[in-house]
Amino acid sequence: MTVRTAELLVAVLLAILSIGIMFKSTDGLTIGWVPDAGPGSGAWPFWLSAGMLASCLVTLARWFLRQTPESRSEEPFMTAETVQIVGITIAALFLLLLGTHFIGIYFSIALFLIFYLRFLGGHSWILTLFLALAAPIGLFFFFEGALIIPLPKAYSEPLFYPLYDLIY
Amino acid sequence: MEAILEHLFTGILTSLEPLNLAMLILGCTVGLFVGALPGLGSINGVAILLPVTFLVPPTTAIIFLAAIYYGAMYGGAVSSITLGIPGASTAVATVFDGRPMAQNGQADFALVTAAVASFIGGTISVVLFTLFAPPLAAFALKFGPQEEFTLMVLAFATFIGLSGDDIPKTVFSILIGLVLATVGLDVVSGKPRLIFFDIDGFFHGINFLVLAIGIYGIGEMLWTLETTKGDVQAHAVKATLRSILRSMSKVRSYFGTTVLGSLIGYFVGILPAAGATPGSLMAYGLAKTFSSDPNSFGKGNPKGVAAPESANNAASTGSMLPMLTLGIPGSPTTAILLGGMIIWGLRPGPLLFVEHEEFVWGLIGSLYIANFFTLIINLAFIPIFVRVLSLKFTILAPMIFILCVVGGFAPTQTMHDVWLMLLFGVAGYLLRKLNYPVAPMVLAIVLGPLAEQSLRQSLLGSRGDMTIFLQRPLSGLFLGMAVLLALYPLLIRMRERLRERER
Repeated sequence: MTVRTAELLVAVLLAILSIGIMFKSTDGLTIGWVPDAGPGSGAWPFWLSAGMLASCLVTLARWFLRQTPESRSEEPFMTAETVQIVGITIAALFLLLLGTHFIGIYFSIALFLIFYLRFLGGHSWILTLFLALAAPIGLFFFFEGALIIPLPKAYSEPLFYPLYDLIY
Repeated sequence: MEAILEHLFTGILTSLEPLNLAMLILGCTVGLFVGALPGLGSINGVAILLPVTFLVPPTTAIIFLAAIYYGAMYGGAVSSITLGIPGASTAVATVFDGRPMAQNGQADFALVTAAVASFIGGTISVVLFTLFAPPLAAFALKFGPQEEFTLMVLAFATFIGLSGDDIPKTVFSILIGLVLATVGLDVVSGKPRLIFFDIDGFFHGINFLVLAIGIYGIGEMLWTLETTKGDVQAHAVKATLRSILRSMSKVRSYFGTTVLGSLIGYFVGILPAAGATPGSLMAYGLAKTFSSDPNSFGKGNPKGVAAPESANNAASTGSMLPMLTLGIPGSPTTAILLGGMIIWGLRPGPLLFVEHEEFVWGLIGSLYIANFFTLIINLAFIPIFVRVLSLKFTILAPMIFILCVVGGFAPTQTMHDVWLMLLFGVAGYLLRKLNYPVAPMVLAIVLGPLAEQSLRQSLLGSRGDMTIFLQRPLSGLFLGMAVLLALYPLLIRMRERLRERER
């Protein structure tokens, strides 16, 4: 995909998003004037998203006229190398978040670090394991202990009971 | 004047309290590293670490975050000089002469020059800040909702007129930020708005931190991974105590340039769209123009390091002026600070100077102290920085991703927001690749609720009459200025076309 195609695609998608938000602003809300209460609660988002749509249409017009630098660029939007490093990172982050719903954030983080440091970064096992252990342990004591913000643990919750006794 | 000095004295004492001082020093140190690491700047550091500050009282928290902001401005120079790539966008201009200096074996001189210039820039701007803030806040006390709204319009207009980005894309970025701020329960009618796909998580709205960490944490890291391919190369620096002291004694040769840079940086920093990056570029350009030997610039002239470094520090202080006195952030980083203050229950704006004197002056006082400590820490840590900078990016990146994930979870404690953050991060990265500016979006999501509230109040008062904004002299003036700013790029283009026709 060239940068030119990407700009067209994104502008069209953003225009559709704008129309969607315009519709959503009328969903059970008034976009007009409510007597004695001022503008309806849908008015502000409605007109803002109308403005979003207008700015997308201008971008599209400029695309057709080849006025933006992106609309003239026939270079690939992403090189193969970029797709690899960015794509793998996004996928790993996705799995990290997905993991929090099953094995909890602490185990998820440890696995994420092992993958990223050892397999993507090619670092030594010693460094990898040290960080994969130190990061979750440090986070646990900082968030649960000091801030009293429990992070999601999902099915790994029972494993933490002894640790709760330690900090509470 | 006396009242100001008295307040300032109390403020400095506040920032010297043990907890505050400890957090200040920690903030300066963290800021220096955040600024020095490529891909991380003050915005990223403040956004990712804001949730961490829920642990301490608001005054301490803002002192910590302001110290990070400050430290990052110093730190940016380190990688500009040793790596030849700016540690943050604010240090772009420092590369021009900092890199040649390092190549000539003068890396230590360049680093010390950057630190000293930053200190001078910081000091001048903090003094200006102390003098300007109280009268400006007193003046702004007269503002009604009409002035508040038009002032925000003016702030957004600076992005259209001065940022130099693609205009329709800038407008889109501002508007989507404002729209995202409306998600959740409407405070006036109590009705739920924009609950996409009926997902419950949208009922509590979209926290500005979710967007800020998404864009400046995850998005920025993806961007840096793409540009560096996970590898950076450091330049050798030999710095000893003696060479540092010798370099410091040369301060007189670039003092004038530094003062000039500080003044430019400060006043450019006040403008929401401008800030530290254009401020430092302007300072560099002017230093070159006024120099007796302009050809030496770009080849390792210490003045070329001093000018942008003093300007970016001064700009960071300058951007806090409208944030504290008017409630309009002067930069994306101060937008995040403003959002943080709202979380702590402090509404920035003129009333802050009346109702939360201690907080305001504690912050101002801390800037003086932070400036001093950052200089000391910066000079002392030069050898350590160089070692940290040679760390592989594949170690740093996953650690920052993890901080983003827990930082995105902490404010609202729902996984919904963390997923949203990942979505914003990826979307922000892709939009940025297509030249959509992301800073206005972050500013807009923070200002969104305030803008809507003041607009509705104004219209309710005038029974829907839009001309209310023109009837009051100040709001009319702000609106007029906003229109002029928004039209400014068009006027420039028309003039260029006319000139071409004449030829």
